[in-house]
Amino acid sequence: MSAALLIDILLWGSVLGVGLIAFRRGPAVFMASLREGSMDFINIVPRIALGVIGSGYIAAIIPQEVITGWLGPDSGWLGVATAVVAGAATPGGPVIGFSIGTVALKSGGGMPQVVAYVVAWALFAFQRVILWEIPFMPARFVWFRCAVSVPFPFVAAAIAMVIGKP
Amino acid sequence: MRKPIGWSTIIIAVLVAVSAGLVWRRDGADGVLDILTHDLSLFSGILPRVLAGCLLGAFISEILPHEKVSRSLGPKSGLMGLLIGTAFGAILPGGPFTAYPVASALLAVGADFGATIAMVVSWTLIGYGRAVAWEIPIMGTDFTLWRIVISLPLPVLAGALGRFVYVRLYPKPLAKDDEN
Repeated sequence: MSAALLIDILLWGSVLGVGLIAFRRGPAVFMASLREGSMDFINIVPRIALGVIGSGYIAAIIPQEVITGWLGPDSGWLGVATAVVAGAATPGGPVIGFSIGTVALKSGGGMPQVVAYVVAWALFAFQRVILWEIPFMPARFVWFRCAVSVPFPFVAAAIAMVIGKP
Repeated sequence: MRKPIGWSTIIIAVLVAVSAGLVWRRDGADGVLDILTHDLSLFSGILPRVLAGCLLGAFISEILPHEKVSRSLGPKSGLMGLLIGTAFGAILPGGPFTAYPVASALLAVGADFGATIAMVVSWTLIGYGRAVAWEIPIMGTDFTLWRIVISLPLPVLAGALGRFVYVRLYPKPLAKDDEN
C-alpha cells in the first residue's frame, strides 16, 4: 500500500508543480486550465466507468488457463504469433501479465516467445487500452498507435533469437 | 480531448454487453453482481487519480510553449523528435493516469503522431515504473534487463513507422503545416 501512497504523492505533487507554474503566468491562465481539466474529467468519467466495469466482464470470460495454454513450448514464428495474441488478450494488470510470462518460462516456453508475449502485453493489453488509453487520448490516435505497433513484438522476438538468452 | 460518445465507446459498450451476457448465462445474476460491486469499488478508488491526470494534462498543455513543442516534436522534427519522445516516455513518472493525459496534451500543442507514438511506446516498454514495481520482482532482474535492452530500438522504430504511414494516410493536414 505504501507504493500506492507514493504514487499518489508523486502524482498530486506533479499537479501542484505544474499548477503553480500556470498560476505564475497569471490567475486567469490558472483558472482556465483548472476549468479545462475539470471539464475533461467530467467527460472522461463515463468512459473510465465503462472501461473499469466493462473490462471486468470481458476478463471474466477469458480464463487465465487459456492464455497460459497459448504460451506452450510451441517454438518458431507460430509460437511467437500465438504469444502476441495471448499478450493482447491477457486480462488484468501487470501482476497477471508477468506471472503468466514467468509460468511460461518455467514450463518450457521459448525465450523469443516469452519476450514477444511481454512486449505484446505492454503494447496491446486490452484492459489498459480500454480503461486508460481510449478515454484519455483521441480514438484515432489509439487505433493508429495499435496498428503501427503490430510488427514490434515480432521484431523483439527476432532480436531475442539473434542475441540469445540473457 | 474527445466527445463523450464515439465509435470506440460504442464498440466497447457492445463488447461489454456481450461479455456481461455470457457471465450472466454462466454464473447467473450473482456472478454479474459480484463483478459489478468489485469493479465499482475499483472505479471509486481510481477516480481521484483520473482527476489528477486530467488536471495534469490541462496545466501542461497550458504552460508548454506551443512553437517549441511543434518544432521539437512536430511532423518535421525528424529523428531528433522521435528520440526526444522516447526519452520523455522513458523518464515519465507515474502510471497510465499520467502518461496518457500528458501524451494527449503533447498532441494538442503540436507534437505529431510519430513523436507521440514514440513516447507512449517508450513509456510502456522501457519506462522504469512498471519494470521496477512489477517486472523485476516477478520475472527477475536478468530477464527484465535483457527484455528492456531488446526493446530499446522499438519506440523510435514505431514512431518512424507511424510517421511514415501517417503522411501517406493523411496528406492534407501535413500540407497545411507546410504553408505555415
